[in-house]
Amino acid sequence: MTETLTHGAFLAGRHLKNLVRQPWFMIVQLVQPVVWLLLFGALFERVVDLPGFSGHGPYIEFIAPGVVVMMAMFSNSFSGLSTLGDIERGVIDRMLVSPIRRSSLVIGIVAHGAVVTVFQSAVILVLALLAGARFSGGVAGLGLLVLSAVLVGTLLGSLSNGLALLLRRRESVMAVNQFLLMPLTFLSSAFMDPKLAPRFIQRAAEVNPVNLAIEAGRAALSPGGDASVVGVRLAVLALLAAVALWLATRAVAMYQRGV
Amino acid sequence: MNHAIEASGLTKVYRGGVRALDGLSFAVEEGTVFGLLGPNGAGKSTAVRILTTLAKHDGGSARVAGFDVAREPENVRRAIGCVAQKSGLDVDATGRENLTLQGRLCGMAGSDIERRAGELLGRFGLAGAGDRAVRGYSGGMQRRLDVAMGLMHRPRVLFLDEPTTGLDPEARATMWQELSTLVRDERLTVLLTTHYLEEADRLAGRLAIVDRGRVVVQGSPDELKANLRGDSIQVELGAPETDPFFLEVLAEVAGVRDVSIDGSRLFARLDGGSTAIPAVLAVIESMGAAIASVRVASPSLDDVYLRHAGRAYHGDWV
Repeated sequence: MTETLTHGAFLAGRHLKNLVRQPWFMIVQLVQPVVWLLLFGALFERVVDLPGFSGHGPYIEFIAPGVVVMMAMFSNSFSGLSTLGDIERGVIDRMLVSPIRRSSLVIGIVAHGAVVTVFQSAVILVLALLAGARFSGGVAGLGLLVLSAVLVGTLLGSLSNGLALLLRRRESVMAVNQFLLMPLTFLSSAFMDPKLAPRFIQRAAEVNPVNLAIEAGRAALSPGGDASVVGVRLAVLALLAAVALWLATRAVAMYQRGV
Repeated sequence: MNHAIEASGLTKVYRGGVRALDGLSFAVEEGTVFGLLGPNGAGKSTAVRILTTLAKHDGGSARVAGFDVAREPENVRRAIGCVAQKSGLDVDATGRENLTLQGRLCGMAGSDIERRAGELLGRFGLAGAGDRAVRGYSGGMQRRLDVAMGLMHRPRVLFLDEPTTGLDPEARATMWQELSTLVRDERLTVLLTTHYLEEADRLAGRLAIVDRGRVVVQGSPDELKANLRGDSIQVELGAPETDPFFLEVLAEVAGVRDVSIDGSRLFARLDGGSTAIPAVLAVIESMGAAIASVRVASPSLDDVYLRHAGRAYHGDWV
């Protein structure tokens, strides 16, 4: 177990070093969430005045948790592409004939994704504060929001890597992402109170892990947020993330069987 | 004598029914260089993938450094270094960082990693390039770094899967030079696969010719060549010859053995050296075939391959 984590840390370190060398990709990745936060936030500012809209403060306080979680979802669900690059160059095969645990391969890349998510979330939250958002949950609430974003990132990052290892085609991973990411975004409370949305969207949002993370983060940041809402959702997300990690480790073994 | 590698009756069938290995057996003595020689698709790389625990075999068994590859893969991985065909380098990282990560994954201590990485960079002529990103390395430099990666944790057995494929002649010569020094200096067992006959001849103490997933013949390069008495003759005909009678008549000529034909290329061995050439050419012309060119050569590994695999090399044989 310790060895798995140490090796995972070494591998995450490799990805982080490359990220520091080429930070542009991560910075470009931030453009879209910033647009959502500032432009979308301004465009739909008056949504909060709709009768029946839960939430109290300005709209930017409502969408900030949504944008943070959405960004974690997008950036991690493409992490399988870097694994595909490693497969093509033979890096994965070299790791597989080295004395390391299979699971540390996945842990390394997911841990790297988590570090990126924490950094990107911080950028978005600072921008939200500058734009006038005030979060009464304080630092602890912000921490819980970032934690739920990291869990969603781990879930989608593991699935993305699992798919990459099984399908071994860039196009397939892209297609699955294009198929899933928009529905996961819009079948959630990221931009709109689902109570004001049609019933089928409410139903779908109830089982959408992305929505669970947004609700957990939003509750942690609201005045008098319900601790049990946060706790139950984080526990479900942690469970889903753990299952996805396990599946991705199985995918490593299946990849190896197909070599 | 201890065997560092033992493969017995290995079989591997890929999905779709392609039989990559069909009872491959060979043994490599500790501290020697063993060459697996054969054309593309002969099963060499499949054998390496199985022996390095990357792939699983369907039948037979194999031991590397005393451990069973199927039952004790962890122990095998600790004992081996592997230079695969696909380099497996992180091209965004520097040479030194690649070596350092490899050392860490193999459980080496920090101070040892630093020393060993410096030593290997120096040995492979990369001391000046060690702190530059691998992306900027030439093909030859990348390949030398690959070998350094394989040696990082001081393995007992090193696998080199076509180490010079894709290199230009100059880089290949440098690589051969470095590999021979390496083999002399470190008490290392090396399994080398190659489709360059010259490479096997130059580096391997013993070699096995692999064709269609089986070993067709093995021995030292000199033994294999000595088994082919006399010179070989290669006649390029004006057109492909398909008449079986043609070969039969040629085989009747005194001093001519091992007649075979591959398209329009006719091969034969001549016991009496070049003295039999006029007779052979006369027979060919009397049968009505046109002769485009004639080449006579003393035995080479090409001839060994032709004799045992029953066909000539195609494509990139050198």
